[in-house]
Amino acid sequence: MTGEVILKAEDLVKHYPIRAGVLRRTVGHVKAVDGVSFELRGGETLGIVGESGCGKSSLGRLLMRLEEPTSGRLTFDGVDVYSQKGSDMRRLRRDIQIVFQDPYTSLNPRKTVGDIIGEPFQIHPDAVPKGGRRRRVQELLELVGLSPEHINRYPHQFSGGQRQRIGIARGVALNPKVIICDEPVSALDVSVQAQVVNLLEDLQDKLGLAYIFIAHDLSVVRHISDRVGVMYLGSLVEIGDEDQIYGRPTHPYTQALLSAVPVPDPTLRNTRAEIVLSGDVPSPANPPSGCRFHTRCWKGTDKCVTDVPLLIERPDGVSSHDSACHYAEPRVMV
Amino acid sequence: MSRTVQDRSAHDIEVLGARSGWTPQGGLLLEVDDLQVEFRTRDGVAKAINGVSFDLYEGETLAILGESGSGKSVTAQAVMGILDSPPGFVTGGEVRYCGQNTLAMSEENRRKIRGPEISMVFQDALSSLNPVFPVGWQIAEMFRQHRGMNKSDSLRQAVRLMERVAIPGAAQRVKAYPHQFSGGMRQRIMIAMAIALDPAVLIADEPTTALDVTVQAQIMKLLQELQEERKMGLILITHDLGVVADVANRIAVMYAGKLVETADVFELYANPAHPYTKGLLDSIPRLDQKGQQLAAIGGLPPNLTRIPPGCPFNPRCSYARDVCKVDPPPPLLNVAHHRWSACHFADAVMTGVLTPTRVKDDLGDTVDELEPEGFQLPPTRSPAGDGSAPAGGTA
Repeated sequence: MTGEVILKAEDLVKHYPIRAGVLRRTVGHVKAVDGVSFELRGGETLGIVGESGCGKSSLGRLLMRLEEPTSGRLTFDGVDVYSQKGSDMRRLRRDIQIVFQDPYTSLNPRKTVGDIIGEPFQIHPDAVPKGGRRRRVQELLELVGLSPEHINRYPHQFSGGQRQRIGIARGVALNPKVIICDEPVSALDVSVQAQVVNLLEDLQDKLGLAYIFIAHDLSVVRHISDRVGVMYLGSLVEIGDEDQIYGRPTHPYTQALLSAVPVPDPTLRNTRAEIVLSGDVPSPANPPSGCRFHTRCWKGTDKCVTDVPLLIERPDGVSSHDSACHYAEPRVMV
Repeated sequence: MSRTVQDRSAHDIEVLGARSGWTPQGGLLLEVDDLQVEFRTRDGVAKAINGVSFDLYEGETLAILGESGSGKSVTAQAVMGILDSPPGFVTGGEVRYCGQNTLAMSEENRRKIRGPEISMVFQDALSSLNPVFPVGWQIAEMFRQHRGMNKSDSLRQAVRLMERVAIPGAAQRVKAYPHQFSGGMRQRIMIAMAIALDPAVLIADEPTTALDVTVQAQIMKLLQELQEERKMGLILITHDLGVVADVANRIAVMYAGKLVETADVFELYANPAHPYTKGLLDSIPRLDQKGQQLAAIGGLPPNLTRIPPGCPFNPRCSYARDVCKVDPPPPLLNVAHHRWSACHFADAVMTGVLTPTRVKDDLGDTVDELEPEGFQLPPTRSPAGDGSAPAGGTA
């Protein structure tokens, strides 16, 4: 099922300048993404979870090269993405596509569905010959579970779930190898959310896609992902297989996140471990020293304030997986 | 167990003085009886609520569960009496608070209930708070308007409330503006405002939908604490089956402006008696299980200007028979002790002996006819996600 490493991020960093005053002088940096490394294999799904403001969407934009990184390296199939220029870059973009969160604002309201899904073919004219494009768009509509007759309709005529299907059809139009899904189901109702999750899984099987699935909903991420990375304030704090992260998390933040997710089963009331974190996520413009989680962590010591814990393999009871905590130890949370 | 002055802490009594004359009979605070609301728009009449009935007792948490457009927020607005009118009109039914129909009251009398007796927490705290006034001033407004307090006394009360909802440094931050607070802190301020006059009923409309999970846990815990402390009746409006499972006593499931099932929380999750409830429970991924393919409910919720005849859920229901497609729609019938379901086959669904009449294709999608979104209920809310759409608030 999963194959060779196709996407490899090494120490990706993105700092946005904060400008103030009349001269718009830079007075600081928002450290949105601060040293993220991972590998994605062909056909697999890597889930990225974290709270709002942790940099998961910025990471998605970096992987698409919608933003230039402050530093770091991204290789796709052995090719350095950030050093590509012009037509080489354009060719590379075919292989990495994105599905956005909000199906209401990510589709141009003045264009028909046919134009929206067919637009990638105008930018990449050699993908499909001109005469076959309309047919291809209809095939794509069918592939995502919409009727091919809807090709001349406008986005406002569709519901949220159907619009997200249109966004997905646009994403797979150029036969990419990797799709970045940035919160693709979080704007949808529960009953419709399941339809879209199933569609994404279906397409993965049919087309051999690899997904980076960015979401804040840990239940959905567990459902769809093979591996999961947990982000906090711009860095990955833990990454591992789905059962390692959910079954035996070793980082306190992962444990707290898992304990906070309500489980739809009233019989489990008061039986689950409960960690209620105090306070909010600190500002990424001025992240805490040492371990960034130490301000909210119940395990924090002086060492955590000064020494940055590395994301390295640490034992989790059964095997070991990468965790960035000095005092990593497994704890059953769900 | 009626609400008496002794229920409150000594501190509160000093602040609030004697209770107004509302005494619930047998603990029954609120009765909603066959409520009907419609929105008259250019695209036709949208029947947002078609006969909703429920009641709420002291100290109880009733969850109203539904997807966007199911009418759960409109129900809350109608109960509060803050429905935008026009286009919204209450066309039938009664909302009784301690036995008195609030819908028949004068606006002046309603105002005496709204705030001191029934109060509401809105989803999106940023758009519900006024950005140009300090938060303390906005909380204190409750005391100035309803209790006739002066500026300094009311501000002191605001600080006390901000401390109660655990806002760090309340005394210093009472003069801060809403944008200077994080999402979770803003929601705490909304809650402080809602509980300011010690209401008997608190309606929380998606109070945590725009928040992160760790903050959501904090807010739900706070709401639970406040409810126990003040013996409030809490109506929790949400689409999140997880949150409901954690806090609710009873659940009312809404679909297309109707209650389709009401039950005790444990029974509802164990044996849903309506196919829609069953479908919802089957379609959510669970944190504690690595599931197989999700059993999605096919199709879309109906357009409220064109609700299908018969059971409104029949086009999406995998158990639908011919009787489901014709009027009259199945009434909400008592199917077991304290359980009601609006399904012709409720018993069979509950016991699991009914066999599906249609098999969903593997996409779980049976969208044959395009259902354009002609009409959106005001205020528009995003059904999920981290606050991508603003919510209209009237605090």
